[in-house]
Amino acid sequence: MSDAKANPGPTLGPEIPSGIEVPEVVTGDMVEGSGERPGVYPFTRGIFPNGYRGRLWTIRQYSGFGSAEETNARYKFLLDQGQTGLSVALDLPTQCGYDPTHPMARPEIGKVGVSLSSLSEMELLFDGIDPGAISTSFTINGTAPIIYAMYVAAADKKGVARDRLTGTIQNDILKEYVARGTWIFPVKPSMRLIADTILYANRQTPRFNPISIAGAHFRDAGVSAIEEMGFTLADGLAYVDELLARGGDVTHFARRLSFFFYVHMDLFEEVAKFRAGRRLWAKLLRERYGVTDPKALMFRFGVVCGGSSLIASQPYNNIVRVGIENLAAVLGGAQSIFTCAYDEAFQIPTETSAEIAVRTQQIVAYESGAARTVDPLGGSHYVEWLTDEMETGMRQVIDEIEAYGGAVKAIEEGYLQSRTAQAAKRRKEKIDEGETVVVGQNHFRRDDGTNDFGEVFRLDPEVSARVLEKYQAILDSRDNAAAEAALGALDEAAGEDGENLLPYLIECCHAYATVGEMVAVLKARWGEFQEPVKF
Amino acid sequence: MALNGKRILIAKPGLDGHDVGAKIIALALRDAGAEVIYTGLRKSPEYIVRVAIEEDVDAVGLSILSGSHLELVAETVKALADQGAEVALFVGGTIPQTDHAALAAAGAAGVFTAEMKVADVVAAVAETLAK
Repeated sequence: MSDAKANPGPTLGPEIPSGIEVPEVVTGDMVEGSGERPGVYPFTRGIFPNGYRGRLWTIRQYSGFGSAEETNARYKFLLDQGQTGLSVALDLPTQCGYDPTHPMARPEIGKVGVSLSSLSEMELLFDGIDPGAISTSFTINGTAPIIYAMYVAAADKKGVARDRLTGTIQNDILKEYVARGTWIFPVKPSMRLIADTILYANRQTPRFNPISIAGAHFRDAGVSAIEEMGFTLADGLAYVDELLARGGDVTHFARRLSFFFYVHMDLFEEVAKFRAGRRLWAKLLRERYGVTDPKALMFRFGVVCGGSSLIASQPYNNIVRVGIENLAAVLGGAQSIFTCAYDEAFQIPTETSAEIAVRTQQIVAYESGAARTVDPLGGSHYVEWLTDEMETGMRQVIDEIEAYGGAVKAIEEGYLQSRTAQAAKRRKEKIDEGETVVVGQNHFRRDDGTNDFGEVFRLDPEVSARVLEKYQAILDSRDNAAAEAALGALDEAAGEDGENLLPYLIECCHAYATVGEMVAVLKARWGEFQEPVKF
Repeated sequence: MALNGKRILIAKPGLDGHDVGAKIIALALRDAGAEVIYTGLRKSPEYIVRVAIEEDVDAVGLSILSGSHLELVAETVKALADQGAEVALFVGGTIPQTDHAALAAAGAAGVFTAEMKVADVVAAVAETLAK
């Protein structure tokens, strides 16, 4: 037998994943000392003068599976464990606008989220939970205006005043065309629906964020941290233009635009990404639209820690990864954080893994000390240098998209789609070649059973049958004439471009019209998006 | 190249919208010499089988990340059998290890996950198609 030898491991390169080469030492003369303070323009150091001292971020775990009853029970468990906000994951039929009886829907019922086919399911989801007392986020896009309408209708029925509702609806269709794929209608009517939702929500539910402009899905689909922010801000500008075209007041609606990103593993790259993005958004609104109201310039964002940075090999290592990403999110000043469970790379989290993910946030919040002072990395030569470099890179990405004709055109013609696919291929090649180190996968790998993990999540096989049964029961018990009248009014309003569709959607929800019925009405008017198949 | 002269359909059955893996594999198979057709998102198993027959492909690769792989593979296998199509079927995506054997038993010639090297996936496809 030969003697044991140390494994020297791979060489650590000087480049961060975005491609910026990092000097061995960054010195003070390489950065401009700004003396900036948090809470004032351009907000590099954060949007609040007192950071997390005033209020901690929201611990908001994305969760939902099966039927409304199972998900309601999981929410109560998470709230018991100290989660401070809800985040609703919806199943694909609900996201794509199919009722559970549709042939495309059947295999997908309750798989990646909860099935919400009508108001009655929303009522079950919030059984024993007060929507006026807890902020709730919905990851929904193609059918976002409908789910928002359903949430408002559920609050109405519970007697909760609309102005007490807090939370967020993702409602960002542009990135769906590039990554994630739950688009339904063509781009133009989709932009109208989004603007309708934002303008209506600003008036009726003023504390609710009616959009969360998301970079997360671009990132997980393959692009770099710089492109993630660049694509997102370009989308943000497209929404601002649409809202202005529909008569919105930027100083008013910009206060309720929020953002959403992934946090991957390079801690300083992520911190710099958030600092640079926050600063750049404020500058863009000021430079282009003359916005000066600080509240309208504030870049508020939520994050998810995990995603494609989590792997199935040696899954317990993912707990460490999420811990580091969680820290990066806090050092970057996130307003709400979702930490993925270690088994999220391959299944719906079990109760045990979901609890570890919540505890991770509590450890970072209360033990690490990272939340004690605002922007603790501010003034670090490296972080300030990298923030500047990344801001320059983001501006360049936005310029490239604008040179193409803007985000809407770049998406309709598939430019961002093929750019993302090419980036994904390069990212995968770097991992396959071992240049990007993934511990336990392409380096320090073992194939001897250490990939096992404790508990397998099994979705109740009866879920589908239960969902279908409840769906039929609603069709049988509702006032069909009322549902048809509400759908007819929606149809007519959809034909009038100047009409805001939200009051009509809320009426449909109150009449227990289903998601599939509302989508069918709008599809008949507008048709469906024709995907440019580019790779 | 390993896949010269082969025609392969990469397909997204069901409602899952995650297409990064499908596109990476499509690009790699093309680089290896295959003629690759990609369906785009949200296709029914019947549609996929119809395209497979019309395009006279040697293999179909299904990409599924929504957890519906057991149902969707079974439906695709049945649609292929109904049409009497003899095509190698591969499955890729978020497929738990515990389901690999079931998919093989259902008729999948290979099951691929995100952590596999792309070169290994291409080699496995080439080996099956050389038989």
